[in-house]
This record gives sequence, C-alpha cells and structure tokens, in this order.
Amino acid sequence: MLLISCPNCGPRDETEFHYGGQAHVPYPENPAELTDREWAEYLFYRDNTKGAFAERWQHSTGCRQWFNTLRDTVTYDIQAVYPMGQPRPDRENAAKETAAAGTTAPTVIPASPEGTLK
Amino acid sequence: MADTAALENSKKIQTLRKSPAALLAAAFEAGSVTGVVELREVPFLTMAGLRINPAGDAGQRLGALTGGLPAASGEVRSSGDTAVLWLGPAEFLLVAPAESHESLGGELPRTLTESLGDGEGQVVDLSANRTTLELSGPRARAVLEKGCALDLHPRVLKAGTALSTEIGGIPAILWKTGEETYRIFPRASFAEFLGRWLLDAMREFATPEVP
Repeated sequence: MLLISCPNCGPRDETEFHYGGQAHVPYPENPAELTDREWAEYLFYRDNTKGAFAERWQHSTGCRQWFNTLRDTVTYDIQAVYPMGQPRPDRENAAKETAAAGTTAPTVIPASPEGTLK
Repeated sequence: MADTAALENSKKIQTLRKSPAALLAAAFEAGSVTGVVELREVPFLTMAGLRINPAGDAGQRLGALTGGLPAASGEVRSSGDTAVLWLGPAEFLLVAPAESHESLGGELPRTLTESLGDGEGQVVDLSANRTTLELSGPRARAVLEKGCALDLHPRVLKAGTALSTEIGGIPAILWKTGEETYRIFPRASFAEFLGRWLLDAMREFATPEVP
C-alpha cells in the first residue's frame, strides 16, 4: 500500500485515491488536423517509464482535488507532489541549470518521509 | 395560513419516515456496552452542501451566516448548534439539528440559499444524503482503529476535527466531537453496512478482557 501525501489533507492510504494516468499529456492544438494514427497515439499511447514517472492522482474520498506526483516506478518512492498545471519539477530543474535564468522556482512539495515507501 | 397547513402536513409525514439505520436501532442498543463503547444513530440531521469559493463575495456572505468557513483540512467552524465541516478547498458540509430544517419549522437551507442569491456557488439540501452514527466511550477509538487508517491518537486527532476518509472500507466523514465521542457520516446506503461493521468491532469489549 502506498502512502500518498495529498497537498490538502496530508498522508493518506492509496485506497483513498483515484489514479489518473500519465501527467503532462497535452490536448492537441488542432485535433481535427491529426491523422488517425496521431489521434490514436494521443488517446492511447503512454510512456512505460522505468524510473521517475509523472502521474496524476485524485484524492477521491478526501478533498476530491487532482494533483501530480513524481513516482519512481521501480522503488515506488514518491519523489515530489506538485499542483496540476505545473511543469515536472525534475525536468524544470534541469532546464533551469542549462538556461541559468530561472525566474520563479516551482513550489515543489517534497514528499514527507512518511509518504515514501522503499 | 396555507404555510402552517403545509408545515403541519410535513410534520405528519416526518413521523412516517424511517432513518437509514432505523432497522438496527435495537441492535445498537443491545451491542452498546455502557461506560465502555456505545453506538447510536442520530437520525435526520439537517445537512447542506456548500460549493463556494470562501474568499469570494458569496463565500463571505455564507461565512457570515455560519460563523466563518473552515480554511483547512480537518477544521470545523461552529456557531451555536450549527457546524460547517471542511470537505475540500471550495466544498463544505453544514450540519445542524433536525429541527433546523424548513420542513420542521426551521430556516435551513432557505436562509443559505437566500444568502447565496445569484452569487457564484451552490447550496444543496443534503439532509437525506448521509446519516449520523455516534460512537462514544473510552474504547471508541479502539473500535475505529480496526478499520480506519488515520492516526486517531488524541495527540494527533483533536476534538473538534472532521476528516473525510475511509472507515471499514467505505468512504465516510469522521468528526471527533468530544474527547471520546465520534460522529460518523456514512452515505445512507452504507448506513446498515457500517452499523453492522461497528457492532462487530464493538463485540470484543462486551466481555471482560482476557489477561
């Protein structure tokens, strides 16, 4: 059982949450212009990452809000919990290092030690 | 005149209605262990669901009626016998005695709806949505701990806290109203299941502890 730190309610059992699949899958700008293959890829094709994976969760028996997590698919360690609409914290840091012009750092809420399962 | 007639009629109808856990009333009485752990149903409490931005104008107006809206998970704001529980950043549950409902001569949820007016938000009468089971006694926490993963230790869960969680595998709201008193709000259709689940969890406390 995972212990997931809801940004509103704190650490709760995995059974209180609803899984929302891969995060950061953008809706196509012009869906009508996509080929069938591209549309199918948007609908059904998802990454099968070994390692850090950004995914959506909803605290369905609690505050009913959606949020993103960064979870390691090997160790199940939840590395970060961050609000919907924010970029992946690990990618953001990498981009900032290269650009060296970070204006506003994303508010990354590190998962508490209670929230991690090794 | 017509209103009083309607009210009289509505009160007559109230005597006919049955609460979701009514069929377990005798079992609750038989299963309760006086001074150890007791269970009863508190039927027909007036409840209203508020979906509103607490910082907005309409939120402020509703907040003024209810003694403020809670700001964070677990918080409960009370004014008199009316309490507002936090369910989400923009979702609240108002709980008031049964007599506060307009069908029994009270003013809820009419005053809330009037206060909301055409403001952005929602007030819904949810009195029939959930029922209330009241578990009390020194072993109430031990009973709940069998099926609730929350940390119920008084050091963490203080009296006057309400959390939406899972109890016995079903979603319910747990409101700690006193040091040894808990109110549990299961949905009406789960009331019988949760009632029987609690009775089963209480059974061991009816017999003396085996040393």
